[in-house]
Amino acid sequence: MAEFVSTDDRSLAPPHPLREFWSYFCENKGALVGLCFIVFITIVALLAEYIAPHSPFEQYRDALLTPPAWLEGGTWTYPLGTDDLGRDILSRLIHGARLSLLVGVIVVTISLAAGILLGIVSGYVGGYFETMVMRIMDIMLALPSLLLAMAIVTILGPSLKNAILAIAIVVLPHYVRLTRAATITEKAKDYVISSRVCGAGPLRLMFIQILPNCMAPLIVQATLGFSTAILDAAALGFLGMGAQPPTPEWGAMLANALQFIQRAWWVVTLPGLAILSTVLAFNLAGDGLRDALDPKLKR
Amino acid sequence: MIKFFLNRIAMIIPTFIGVTLLTFALIHLIPGDPVVLIAGERGITPERHAILRAELGLDKPIMVQYGRYVWGVLHGDLGKSIVTKQPVFKEFITLFPATVELSFFALILAVLFGIPAGVIAGVKRGSVFDHSVMGLSLTGYSMPIFWWALLMILFFSVFLHWTPVSGRLSALFWIDTDTGFMLIDALRSDEKGAFISALRHLILPSIVLGTIPLAVIARMTRSAMLEVLSEDYVRTARAKGLAPWRVIGIHALRNALIPVITVIGLQTGVLLAGAILTETIFAWPGVGKWIVESIRRRDYPSVQGGILLISSLIILVNLIVDMLYGVVNPRIRHTR
Repeated sequence: MAEFVSTDDRSLAPPHPLREFWSYFCENKGALVGLCFIVFITIVALLAEYIAPHSPFEQYRDALLTPPAWLEGGTWTYPLGTDDLGRDILSRLIHGARLSLLVGVIVVTISLAAGILLGIVSGYVGGYFETMVMRIMDIMLALPSLLLAMAIVTILGPSLKNAILAIAIVVLPHYVRLTRAATITEKAKDYVISSRVCGAGPLRLMFIQILPNCMAPLIVQATLGFSTAILDAAALGFLGMGAQPPTPEWGAMLANALQFIQRAWWVVTLPGLAILSTVLAFNLAGDGLRDALDPKLKR
Repeated sequence: MIKFFLNRIAMIIPTFIGVTLLTFALIHLIPGDPVVLIAGERGITPERHAILRAELGLDKPIMVQYGRYVWGVLHGDLGKSIVTKQPVFKEFITLFPATVELSFFALILAVLFGIPAGVIAGVKRGSVFDHSVMGLSLTGYSMPIFWWALLMILFFSVFLHWTPVSGRLSALFWIDTDTGFMLIDALRSDEKGAFISALRHLILPSIVLGTIPLAVIARMTRSAMLEVLSEDYVRTARAKGLAPWRVIGIHALRNALIPVITVIGLQTGVLLAGAILTETIFAWPGVGKWIVESIRRRDYPSVQGGILLISSLIILVNLIVDMLYGVVNPRIRHTR
């Protein structure tokens, strides 16, 4: 009898949260494709030195604007062709993946950390501090992110490092607002109050009690933040305000592409394709995460 | 109603102050001597430096400088461009119609295609059409638009020779630009074919600039439709035996459009930011290209003024959208 009850229990017991999350995530085919591409591009970025057939900076003067291998005049020495300075495009794209992911990781880390800190403190403390922080965030949201990033780059000077910093500042308001809203909802719940009654200090309440329960929307926002960061960094690179030549950054690779549009389409199309597929992968994965993490959408 | 309006207007004042603080700080945060940055002269003698310093008010305390800056801004005085020596405000006003024209057509395209696509996708939920609209709109949303512009030029201009690569009007025509809107000016001029030429120049940049708003509008319309279609009154309308198009087009769509209108209004910021990239690629003589060039030429007064004017515009448009929303939807007006 006891055995019977226990087996019955097991079949009725809810699955482990992670397993449940994974099964919801897998229902979304697009999200799975996105995740696979993210894993692929991460491996490529990590192993760039070993995978790339050439150095991204080496200029092969006898092979300027060589077309990709499958076209007439192309050779398998340069599978995706070369650019106007004779650099292998495939190698530059592979090393560019490293830069773009790095931009994403740094931007998301900085903005997530600062956003959580500002958001949770302003949500928990309230009062003048909250009003002041939220006003500043409103001002930042009123400006188009690219324009604000350009203003910051103008102050700091054009470089990849400053572009990363500018983008991290620009996306900050989203994290602050999300964290604050979640904190205010959680703060009033019974478990927080009982923990306070037990004598937990404000730091413990904020970061150990409240924060873990605010993470779901932040994880989604952070995933989508990767795509914004990569897109904005590429746009700044394209405008000459981000990564400077000869850095193999995807956006910067397109900066002079317009002049080759008549004779070398591969110089124009390939870096953009890399940006689009990476950004799309992060957006797909972010959408899937949101569906899997949001209990309201669960059927 | 009036209280709601006044409240909304009062709320933008701190935002505006914040923006002026930012643009004011810009010139002081840039490494280098502000006198040289603003005057744009090289090899200044100490005497000339002192004169310029006093002339530009840089010898006053910082609070006084800020006060004078805001005073100037409120009177339309944004300083002079280093490169052209023209007042920044005048330069902006001359170039602004080009940006408005481009953004307007981009938005028209986005609305014209986005709303029907969203409606059909919402009505035929789960169909092939729905999946393709959602897939395409996510792709559009992830698109680096500067690359998208290059692709369009590659295909339509270089490969098919359908459209010109850059500019607003073919060099064959010479027309007076009274209004600054090329289509209107071309229509008013006597030059034959000028209007067609202007239209051909406009189409590609509009498509490129309209892509992201199109994606956003289609997604928003679809989700608003889905929400409205599950309402009881839609079922009632269907049960009454109304024609399906009437239920969808008149009963459902009207209510679904409320959030869509807000989203459309909020695209102003997206359009102006997108214009920076689109105008740069298509050599479209608007404010976006002007700002990029000003940054490259280190024309700091222009950068400062341009950022201030564009941000103020976006704040204003958002305010108007907010107020319109209050007019359309009484619940918003009364809860806040």
